[in-house]
Amino acid sequence: MNDKIYRADLSKMKAWIEDVPESWNSLGGRGLTSAVVASEVEPLCHPLGKNNKLVFAPGLLSGTTAANTGRLSAGGKSPLTKGIKESNSGGTSAQLFARAGIKALIIEGLPENKNEFYGIRIKKDSIEIEKTSLWGKGNFETIETLSKGNEKCGVISIGAAGEMKMAAANISVKDPQGKIRSLGRGGLGAVMGSKNVKYVVIEPTENDQVYVENPEKFKEAAKSFAKALLEHPVSGEGLPTYGTNILTNVLHEAGGLPTKNFSTGNFDGHDKISGETMHDLIEERGGKVKHGCHPGCVIQCSQVYNDKNGNYLTSGFEYETIWATGANCKITDLDSLAYADHLMDDIGIDTIETGAAVAVAMDAGVLEFGDAKGFVNLLEQEIKNGTPLGRIIGAGAEVTGKVFGVTRVPVVKGQALPAYDPRAVKGMGITYATSPMGADHTAGYCVTSNILSVGGYVDPLKKDGQIELSRNLQIATASLDTAGLCIFTAFAILDNEKAMEAIVDMLNAKSGSSITGDDVMSLGVSVLKMEREFNKKAGFNEKDDRLPEFFSLEKFPPHDVIWDFTDEEIDSFWDF
Amino acid sequence: MKIRVKLFAQFRKNRFKEKEMEVSKDTSVFDILKILGIDEKEAGIIFVNGRHFENKPRLEEGDNVSVFPVVGGG
Repeated sequence: MNDKIYRADLSKMKAWIEDVPESWNSLGGRGLTSAVVASEVEPLCHPLGKNNKLVFAPGLLSGTTAANTGRLSAGGKSPLTKGIKESNSGGTSAQLFARAGIKALIIEGLPENKNEFYGIRIKKDSIEIEKTSLWGKGNFETIETLSKGNEKCGVISIGAAGEMKMAAANISVKDPQGKIRSLGRGGLGAVMGSKNVKYVVIEPTENDQVYVENPEKFKEAAKSFAKALLEHPVSGEGLPTYGTNILTNVLHEAGGLPTKNFSTGNFDGHDKISGETMHDLIEERGGKVKHGCHPGCVIQCSQVYNDKNGNYLTSGFEYETIWATGANCKITDLDSLAYADHLMDDIGIDTIETGAAVAVAMDAGVLEFGDAKGFVNLLEQEIKNGTPLGRIIGAGAEVTGKVFGVTRVPVVKGQALPAYDPRAVKGMGITYATSPMGADHTAGYCVTSNILSVGGYVDPLKKDGQIELSRNLQIATASLDTAGLCIFTAFAILDNEKAMEAIVDMLNAKSGSSITGDDVMSLGVSVLKMEREFNKKAGFNEKDDRLPEFFSLEKFPPHDVIWDFTDEEIDSFWDF
Repeated sequence: MKIRVKLFAQFRKNRFKEKEMEVSKDTSVFDILKILGIDEKEAGIIFVNGRHFENKPRLEEGDNVSVFPVVGGG
């Protein structure tokens, strides 16, 4: 246990390695990025200014042999929400960080020379800031160039959107095939771009491994954990077979699929973009139905999607992306959506925020609903080249709505809502309203009990039980994000107590601690409260925990429901 | 009475995607599963008219039944 903090200061043009303060020792992933932001970032700072920091941290269990523990967290003050942000992703970097003993990488300051661009190169016991000529290149070329002769290196990079400091810019993380996973939400790519940092490269050193205090106990617990994941019908069979996009049909049937910029819950073109259709197309074209975003994943929810000629088109083509660009924009051509996904990977822009912003622009008549070519053109010509229209869309749904005078703008704390309408999936509405991250489905995924009947059933159209459900899930998720666990491990955790026991056992075996399940939950509580405290200091109050007005005014077909939680009910979320 | 049944994911294999079925008046969703040879435990999500089936224990003429295996995502 001799992990270190790696720090690069672009103002001083210096990088160094330092000891981990004791209070951060028991933290990783989201818990650590949020703790660093809470203690080192001035809450009222400009997100793109010299006082913001960008933090990367692998989870507590990342880099070990345990299944589905390879998630990397990124944190900072968000240019999109202006609050604290944590976004996490698969890819290979979390495991490389952890094995090199890197507890966190903190990037701070702003370079004096605005016309010089940098990369950060790290390996065990070494960190350097280097000049780069890759500024202006897409994410795919950047990753390919940096990986030449160094195939196993990890790469974290930004594309055009991050370089132009667009509030919807994401950060790309190289996956096991040299393709891309994304630290998607909240515009952290713009924070990286503001520091003129194009990439972080992490070079593996032979024999790097994570220190485990009690290897035998760890092995046993890891085995039991993997078993629980594989035995659960969702993580063991449902997700690997049809992937996340099975939800297009589920949400359509439930009347909760936000369609045409959140104006109705059914999409008549659902079948064309559904997980079932996609599954058959992938098989027919020689793609891959199963794919893991990081080594050691036993769930394999992702996929590789080929074009009509059997050539690679995109991977990591998930439900949220297909919803945002498909149903929400009424586009039914799956190949166009896949191409758009590929472009957004290369440009480095969040697919959820972009799809939501384009749908708002469609509502304003900037382009027609259903215009696939228009969508692709917005990406290829406007956003990539930074035209005024491209920059408006790239600033996210809220700015797009303001510029074009739209009232139906689905955002909370400036961040666009994802693929579940809060009127018809009310638990998600509570999560959107209260999460310190802004509207974020992964923060407390009430779809489990509201729609999927996993972890019990809570009627999605009624208010009863939703606040408690969202609270419990948000607390548990903050813990999972701290451990570096994939969110889909939650299906097994919710239904099988052995999964949670195994996680506690793994944490104890790794560090020699003797924490309990309750301690893991307390950790989640403290992370959430720490994040909320930062937001308060950044100027947020309970009025920011509200959904936009139109959700209370416009009945949502087919169930004709409105958002009907009172302010007091929403605020009671924080009574813990 | 006539009802419409939609099947999803692997339930479509050797069955159908969508079908109108003629069933007797007091048929339940579980009877439908039996007719289709779908194990109750494997049917993770059952909607009747877009609502969880428990909200509508008795099927009526014109109801839409949607049956999914145990799936998830997000």
